[in-house]
Amino acid sequence: MEAGIISYGAYIPRYRIKPEEIGRVWGEDGAARGKGLGVMAKSVPAPDEDVITIAVEAARNALKRVDIDPKDIGAIYTGSESHPYAVKPTSTVVAEAIMASPDLTAADYEFACKAGTAALQNVLGLVESGIIKYGMAIGSDTSQGAPGDPLEYTASAGGAAFLVGKDGVIAEINGMYSYTTDTPDFWRREGQPYPSHGGRFTGEPAYFRHVLTAAKGMMERMGTEAKDYDYVVLHQPNGKFPRRAAKKLGFSPEQLETGLLTPRIGNTYSGAVPLGLSAVLDAAEPGNRILAVSFGSGAGSDAFDITVTDEMKKFRKERAPLVMDMVNDEVFIDYATYVKYRKKIRRKGD
Amino acid sequence: MRDVYVIGAGITKFGELWERSFRDIGIEAGIKAINDAGISGADIDALYIGNMSAGAFINQEHVASLIADYVGLAQTSHIPAIRVEAAGASGAVAFREAFLSIASGMHDVVVVGGAEKMTDIGDEMANAITAMAIDQEWETVFGATYASLHAMMARAHMERYGTSREQLAMVSVINHRHGALNPNAQFQREISVETVLKSGYVAEPLRVFDMCPLSDGAAALVLASEVVAKKHGNAVKIMGIGQSSDTISLHDRKDITTMDASVHAAKRAYEMAGIKPEDVDVAEVYDSSTISEIIAIEDLGFFEKGKGGKAAEDEKIALGGDIPVNTSGGLKARGHPIGATGVAQIVEIVQQLRGEAGKRQVNGAEIGLAHAIGGTGGTAVVSILGVKE
Amino acid sequence: MNMPRFWREIQGRYNLIGSRCGNCGEYFFPKRDICPKCHRKSVGKMETVKFSGRGRIISYSIVHDPHPEYKDMRPYIMAIIELEEGPRLTAQVVDCSPEEVKTGMEVEATFRKLAEDGKEGVIFYGYKFRPLRK
Repeated sequence: MEAGIISYGAYIPRYRIKPEEIGRVWGEDGAARGKGLGVMAKSVPAPDEDVITIAVEAARNALKRVDIDPKDIGAIYTGSESHPYAVKPTSTVVAEAIMASPDLTAADYEFACKAGTAALQNVLGLVESGIIKYGMAIGSDTSQGAPGDPLEYTASAGGAAFLVGKDGVIAEINGMYSYTTDTPDFWRREGQPYPSHGGRFTGEPAYFRHVLTAAKGMMERMGTEAKDYDYVVLHQPNGKFPRRAAKKLGFSPEQLETGLLTPRIGNTYSGAVPLGLSAVLDAAEPGNRILAVSFGSGAGSDAFDITVTDEMKKFRKERAPLVMDMVNDEVFIDYATYVKYRKKIRRKGD
Repeated sequence: MRDVYVIGAGITKFGELWERSFRDIGIEAGIKAINDAGISGADIDALYIGNMSAGAFINQEHVASLIADYVGLAQTSHIPAIRVEAAGASGAVAFREAFLSIASGMHDVVVVGGAEKMTDIGDEMANAITAMAIDQEWETVFGATYASLHAMMARAHMERYGTSREQLAMVSVINHRHGALNPNAQFQREISVETVLKSGYVAEPLRVFDMCPLSDGAAALVLASEVVAKKHGNAVKIMGIGQSSDTISLHDRKDITTMDASVHAAKRAYEMAGIKPEDVDVAEVYDSSTISEIIAIEDLGFFEKGKGGKAAEDEKIALGGDIPVNTSGGLKARGHPIGATGVAQIVEIVQQLRGEAGKRQVNGAEIGLAHAIGGTGGTAVVSILGVKE
Repeated sequence: MNMPRFWREIQGRYNLIGSRCGNCGEYFFPKRDICPKCHRKSVGKMETVKFSGRGRIISYSIVHDPHPEYKDMRPYIMAIIELEEGPRLTAQVVDCSPEEVKTGMEVEATFRKLAEDGKEGVIFYGYKFRPLRK
């Protein structure tokens, strides 16, 4: 397709908490938990950060790398399962904060962890059809894990934004394929502060079935095999699932490594595949081929077959921080600070 | 322009006055001033009230009418009653307006009151109201507090002039020493430098004992034209008044180690009075924070810019020093009911010039100066009074 | 702060939109309708500008006793920042510990949550600053 990624930008909050620290509080062997999940730390948003601020920072980082007029952006869609408002969009704030308002369409997406890639599909469609010149798709999350829930070891924060257009495409979309079923593996009811999940049910019938089917379906449609790709980015609820899925699909650890951030920052939910793909684009050379497959509980997977173009040589990557710059900018906090930052304890007056 | 005199002064106790309402203290101060002047209600031509935020503190606006009513002047003589607001300078601006109304020939006898009742609400709310004197749109909304802006002034002063933390503390120590001699002061006990340095941070580098308290209190003055004043033995002449403005936001000032509004107000007041800073025998300056007093004594010309900290350290501003400052205890120890402060400062100067300041009397004081600030220096008023003809 | 009052100024608070005097060329933040230097000569000549967001710290304080809406952040750094174009503003400095902050430190604007109008009210967003990323 003609429409492709013309820029991207990421944002990861700098605070981190280690599984050991979480386990210390709940009387669990946090180190062993972390090892089992393949997670060494997870990112924590500062008290003044949320999905909106992360989305804005990511979108601004994307815009720094290209010289376009933000007024030419015709659509902004932000995917998240942690929008600060239940009613009132994240995307309108982003639009205003990047000076794209008011001649554009905006909406928020929600599909558990794949809301960001759903946003990307829709923006690609609008640009490809010629309805809009540029579009911005963002995946941003500050995911919730109830105190004492295993999710607490991984639920983290971060996001990435993709600017889609037809000129100056740095990453071409060769094809998209989605696989969607009604599989209630993980959910959060209206008005509930924390999600619930089906425990081990989130594995085989949910994550693996959808990710593997979508990846295989994409490769079948493109007539490719695992070895045809330089990088693979898979949804990464922990460090373990994507490694196992990559292996089953025939990818090597090297193909997976660059886009696998969860071991360092935890599961950024809607931000996960967008951030993984951003990390790959930070490293990729013209001609590199990438397979990216998201997963959203409930459940579905979006697969993208991507080729990095020669435009990448001219791309002003250095104008915004690289994903690894932000992954490496870590400030570790203790559990008490973490629960305060995440507003898990109520102060007088709250 | 006619000469104007202060012929009466009255003040309430300052502090947490749980049993007294806004109107109680306003009236008490007014009656004391009228009794002191030896006039009757029928002699009064107008009433000016300095008040910052009765609407926010006690949900009561229209306080000029309220005070006129309860001092018994609304139903009988129906005098004009005017409320004046300029944050911490409210009382001082009311004093200047009253001065102008007599100097112009419009009135002969005018009462100036200042009152604030700040403790009926919690500290957090009271601090939020105090911060309404700074720019709500471009300072407070970003997290600035009144103390944090003073803290930035303090840091700039310390970094540029080498003013020390101990020197700042000395301002508070001296003001508490003075307050201990003032029966109307909110705090009447002496403190040490350690007391200040061991108190908790409010906004680094400033601590709890660097900042003035929340207070209730009222003060009042009777101003009169020369003809009326000649009948009174105790008249104190208003030699000069200067008022100036500056940007409401601290950040818009190129130099935050000085308050240009103070410098300009002082220049106008000195010129009008025909005196120099060294002629001043006693001064009440605006010490909403310790740094605020150091900046003030420099801006007023008592000490060279940058030497204010040393002057505090050397106790040049204490009773017995070169220029005793805040003999009342200042905002720090006497207390700071915001709208009352500007009037209370003049009450102290009047008492000093009349030789009625008791244990805190500056012997032979003939010229006194009062300096009030609104916000972080968006308004400044400098008034000079004297008994030397 | 109530919602309409905050909303009215979001261009300044989100994007550092200010003014430049078409007569003398001086920059102002927030927007001004009249240049304090040129007075009448500037009327109708004030241009809208977007500031880069880079600047340096003029002075700062570590706030320990904030207004209630800001308590989650305490102790936090409050600073006067001079933008590279000249105007100064007051803002928090984040991603920086009280031990790291210094007068003269180079900073850049970031987008953060400023406060909430209670648990049910709107959320106010705007600029804070962080140490400049080299």
